[in-house]
Amino acid sequence: MVTRREFDIGLEQLRNMLVEMGTKVERALAESMNALENLDVEAARAIVKDDPEINRIEETISDLGAKLIATQQPVAKDLRRILVALKISSDLERMGDLSVDIAKVVIRLEGQALLRPIGDLPQIAMIVRTMIIESIQSYIDENVDLAYKMAKDDDQVDAMYSQFLRETFTYMADNPKSVAQTMHMSFVGRYIERIADHATNIGESVVFLVVGKRPDLNQ
Amino acid sequence: MSAQSFYTKELSVYYGEKHAVKRVSMDFPERQVVALIGPSGCGKSTFLRSLNRMNDLISGARIEGKVWIGDQNIIDPSTDVVQLRQRIGMVWQRPNPFHKSIYENIAFGPRYHGVRNRKELDEIVETCLRKTALWDEVKDRLNQSGLALSGGQQQRLCIARSLAVQPSILLMDEPASALDPVSTAKIEELISELKQEYTIVIVTHNMQQAARVSDRTAFFFLGDLVEYDDTQKMFTNPSKKSTDDYISGRFG
Repeated sequence: MVTRREFDIGLEQLRNMLVEMGTKVERALAESMNALENLDVEAARAIVKDDPEINRIEETISDLGAKLIATQQPVAKDLRRILVALKISSDLERMGDLSVDIAKVVIRLEGQALLRPIGDLPQIAMIVRTMIIESIQSYIDENVDLAYKMAKDDDQVDAMYSQFLRETFTYMADNPKSVAQTMHMSFVGRYIERIADHATNIGESVVFLVVGKRPDLNQ
Repeated sequence: MSAQSFYTKELSVYYGEKHAVKRVSMDFPERQVVALIGPSGCGKSTFLRSLNRMNDLISGARIEGKVWIGDQNIIDPSTDVVQLRQRIGMVWQRPNPFHKSIYENIAFGPRYHGVRNRKELDEIVETCLRKTALWDEVKDRLNQSGLALSGGQQQRLCIARSLAVQPSILLMDEPASALDPVSTAKIEELISELKQEYTIVIVTHNMQQAARVSDRTAFFFLGDLVEYDDTQKMFTNPSKKSTDDYISGRFG
């Protein structure tokens, strides 16, 4: 087996950057949920401040991917590895933005007290954090089974989110003065649910990488 | 140049004891370009040469199986190889014009096959030079030696020469590997033009060239046809791991 040293180093760098990005995104979600539960505005501001770092990694991945395509003429699975890395990094970038959106809700609630417990949101976020880690893991290991598991987790997230919305709307109807804050909470639920969709997209990318065909896991 | 099928059936080539091409069956769709790829010694050039019986000239070479062109199995000993090579043109790796004028390089074949009329020969020469995009470059110096042309022009002259006897099939053995990038690009462009009229089989070591010029790609390894599929499929999602490894530059 002939090795392509330069090229393999480049692919390894892409992998490492995706792991770094995934780790940061997972942490951003964890910290924004912590900030929400404790209404910790300072912590929320720190999350917003850190986001450009996630964006920077995405740009670096994009530049390296372009360079590898231009200089190494990858084909077949090597080409898919790069195409998929670009796609995954853009999903991760969106997931980072959505975590920031949660942090921004905390900032908007500055000076207020929580009118009611935030229900299942922390549990949903916990599932989604696992999905983020597993989505990256499935890419690194090229593990299709793990990628398909993402679709099942996503179904559970969707179901929990719907339940959360029903409860929230009922609460709003009974407590008209709470509408503003409760709306923000339902946005948070929406952001978390969107992050899960992006994690599912990553699972789809992994299936495409491994088998060369595009599945639709986000149904 | 009527429509006709062109395919091999269980084609084997032996050099003495060595089984160089192993029972290869493949078809060449009309007016498409088929690229044969694989590491050196994989049998692709041997296979290409058996398609117009060029291996007859190699002592110790033996062919089994069939090559069908229309309803004729050209492996059959009764085949008239001169007539066969009129139907199948061949272009080699290094341009090899005759030591003759540009005009005579092209007129040689038709004249050999009996065309004597000067006007008719003039027309053939012009048509072939136009088809290979050489006409504008050489029309004022048709009596100059073909060897005075640049390497890329010589190769196009050789392609023009092969067209002069009105073949329906063109075999090309690494036709651009001895040329600079601009001449290579011209040959590739020419191949795309020529496939409107001819069925083309090309051996190339240049993976990107196979990807660019061919409709279908065949991967040979150790005398076996490992995989044969649409070129886009072969270069984006081949079925066999060895194909993937080879086109990705990981062996061979």
